[in-house]
Amino acid sequence: MTEDASGPPANTAPEASTPASGSTSGGPGTPPRRGLRGLDREIINSITHGSPAVVTILAIFLALVIGALIIAFSDTTVLHQFNSFFAAPGAAISAAWHAVADAYSALFEGAIFNPHTVSAAFHGGSVGAIFYPLSETAAQATPLILTGLSVALAFRAGLFNIGAASQWIGGAIVVTWLGFGVSLPPVIHVIVCLIGGFIGGAVLGWIVGDLKARTGAHEVIVTIMLNYIMYNMLSYLLGTHAALQQPGQSNLTSPNIAANAQLPHVGGPPPQVGVGFLVAIAAAAGLWWLLERSTIGFEFRTVGANPSAARTAGMSVPRTWVLAMLIAGGIAGLSGAVAIQGQFLSLNFQSYGTFGFDGITVALLGRAKPLGVVLAALLFGALNTGGTNMQAATSVPVDISKVIEGLIVLFVAAPMLIRLLFRLRSTHGGGMEAVAKGWNG
Amino acid sequence: MTALATVASRAPVSVNRKWIAAGTMIAFGLIDILIFGLFSHRGDVSYALSLTGAKINVPTVKVPATQLAYVLGFASILIGIARGTLPESRAIKILSIAAVLLFFVLSLLAWADTGSWANGIPVNVVVLLQNTLATSIPLILGALAGCMGERAGVINIAIEGQLLLGAFTAAIVASAVGVLWLGFIGGSLAGGLVGAVLGVFAIRFFVDQIILGVVLNILISGLTGYLYDRLLVPNANTYNSASTFSTLKIPGLGDIPIIGPIFFDSTIFLYVTYAAIIAVQVGLFSTRWGLRVRAVGEHPTAADTVGIKVLGIRYGNLIMGGMLAGIGGAYLTIGSVGTFSKDMSSGLGYIALAAMIFGRWTPLGATLAALLFGFTGALGSFLGSITVPISSYILAMVPYVATIIAVAGLVGRVRAPAADGKPYMRA
Repeated sequence: MTEDASGPPANTAPEASTPASGSTSGGPGTPPRRGLRGLDREIINSITHGSPAVVTILAIFLALVIGALIIAFSDTTVLHQFNSFFAAPGAAISAAWHAVADAYSALFEGAIFNPHTVSAAFHGGSVGAIFYPLSETAAQATPLILTGLSVALAFRAGLFNIGAASQWIGGAIVVTWLGFGVSLPPVIHVIVCLIGGFIGGAVLGWIVGDLKARTGAHEVIVTIMLNYIMYNMLSYLLGTHAALQQPGQSNLTSPNIAANAQLPHVGGPPPQVGVGFLVAIAAAAGLWWLLERSTIGFEFRTVGANPSAARTAGMSVPRTWVLAMLIAGGIAGLSGAVAIQGQFLSLNFQSYGTFGFDGITVALLGRAKPLGVVLAALLFGALNTGGTNMQAATSVPVDISKVIEGLIVLFVAAPMLIRLLFRLRSTHGGGMEAVAKGWNG
Repeated sequence: MTALATVASRAPVSVNRKWIAAGTMIAFGLIDILIFGLFSHRGDVSYALSLTGAKINVPTVKVPATQLAYVLGFASILIGIARGTLPESRAIKILSIAAVLLFFVLSLLAWADTGSWANGIPVNVVVLLQNTLATSIPLILGALAGCMGERAGVINIAIEGQLLLGAFTAAIVASAVGVLWLGFIGGSLAGGLVGAVLGVFAIRFFVDQIILGVVLNILISGLTGYLYDRLLVPNANTYNSASTFSTLKIPGLGDIPIIGPIFFDSTIFLYVTYAAIIAVQVGLFSTRWGLRVRAVGEHPTAADTVGIKVLGIRYGNLIMGGMLAGIGGAYLTIGSVGTFSKDMSSGLGYIALAAMIFGRWTPLGATLAALLFGFTGALGSFLGSITVPISSYILAMVPYVATIIAVAGLVGRVRAPAADGKPYMRA
């Protein structure tokens, strides 16, 4: 509900409204920037007062520490050592340390950078391999950016979109059908599919917005129910030969989409960046413009901050809800399109994975702002990619990534807790821009 | 935003709503006639009313299927017309909806059971209703947890997480210790713990409650999934091999024909659920404690002024409610299948939330709504078992579609406690 309190509204660059630069705009008492010395003081102030960026970093740190404790104390060798803790405390602590260090370094190597690839490159290996983890992280982040943007946009208009999963499925269904059922020339097919995905998701978003505008049905309930309806709808369509099922198959899976409909990659064999990633970044930029620079975006933010004031100012609150949910649904549908066209190539009954719910955490961590969402999605993409590598290397289950993600968002949502734990001074600022309204609106 | 705003506030509540209800009922009647009547095969549908081997055998009821659907459909249309023309009253509303739904289900069963796919298996009403109650247990307990929290002014979306952690803990404790009762208590405490965490973050740290609930659900899903892969799968014999509570027939009551096997021949979970429904309903509406809880949920400042401990009541309710939901979770493992599997609560917590809203934040209403959801679930699995040519996926959608329709229209105006979801800060 609280707009970013960063003082002057002259946020001409997108970064100006993001947590990353929040350090330059601490509490209201922050002195104006005055040369290097002023900047120094500002940074110190923002740290001691707990600006949004600092709170976010501390939240990530705290979540990683708790994740480490969970990894250590669910390791059977570590537990075994701790049985004789008083006899040999060193052995127990070192076993715990090793379990955690192995897991986290595997996570890091899988997500960002593996030192072995550098030495391999010096000995005639592939230089591209150095960038493979990063490209994988970007690929994992792509659908998350879009579902995150979807949830974030709805948040800004005062709506809680738990239905990104259903909208993702709506988009994916349309894309898959257009992808294998229609035959079009190369570039046009890709574009038609992307637009189809947007429309598929937008329809589901529109249902939610329209029901809320007309009957007052709370969007949280409607989106949750639509999620389950769409899970079943997807399975039904994938199990029906006349619909999406692959001919001659009894599995719940669709045929591959046509080559013309697939999103190409930039940069040849892996490592590579999918065009889908660029689509997601473009969507983030477009959404930033929409929210911060357009009249519609102003209405969204006003309705989100204070519907009564928006009504008094002559804005149509119901119309804004419908439009916001329509666009939010469309972006989540686009996420389905990008995932199908760029990664999966076919649709099965579990394709939707956790994109929808991860979109919520991404949007919360990104404080419902486009650049923040992109950064948060990259972080979660890294945790997911690294988690998979970690599971393969150390048999620590990848679900720990989900735990860490949940903890990060929990702490980011509770800046007071972070301030209390780390003895930061200020008691305001750095909270959630995203608020969901209770049942009574 | 105002205290008087309601979930359905933005629609101009008018005669329209009455006609929508009437039209829906007439539509149901037409479906009874045009689909289940016209398309049903000749022959009798049989409704069995007792279990095989029951002491007192109630004879199976046989009715010609086509005629039954016609009569019931016609009756539904009449009820719809009456609903549209007669003056509104609460009793008429509830009775008419109940009758139309009952007629719809009976015609659906008449059509389904006389089809060539059914092989003459009778519709066993007793089994159907037994399954309904069993399916409803976690829903009812979860919805009661929701009522407890929201009546005190804290929105609890973490019911899903409470069920899941309850199921997980109950399975582990019951397998590791080998005592089912300890599993029951463990599951309950786990649910209470989630309630306490919810309370600390919502009350002490002012985190937005809806967001908090969703995040807790994600966190618990991740944590239980992680521990499942890490500990339960490699050591399934030690940690994930709980037995289940056996049924406990209540002497006397359990032998009553029809009613006995449905209501009084089940596991301890069902009896605990009865007790919980009565306790929460009576507690909230007929005791001094309940008055205080509702005061805290409607107007915490006023409650505080007269000396009620607002935060204490909120913590207490969240923890007690969480313990109920935890028992509902324990039912999923040690009450039915014994072993835990990943994300096994599979959205039941969200349905429980919908049931609570559907039931207008009252324990009895929430229970009825949960039973309705439980019934659609049981009906779906029955229809699946006689291989009705409707996709099971379509059947599975029914409760969710019903919820949307209910939230959007049929229920009419519903109002949450005025301070629901708002953190209390002393001025």
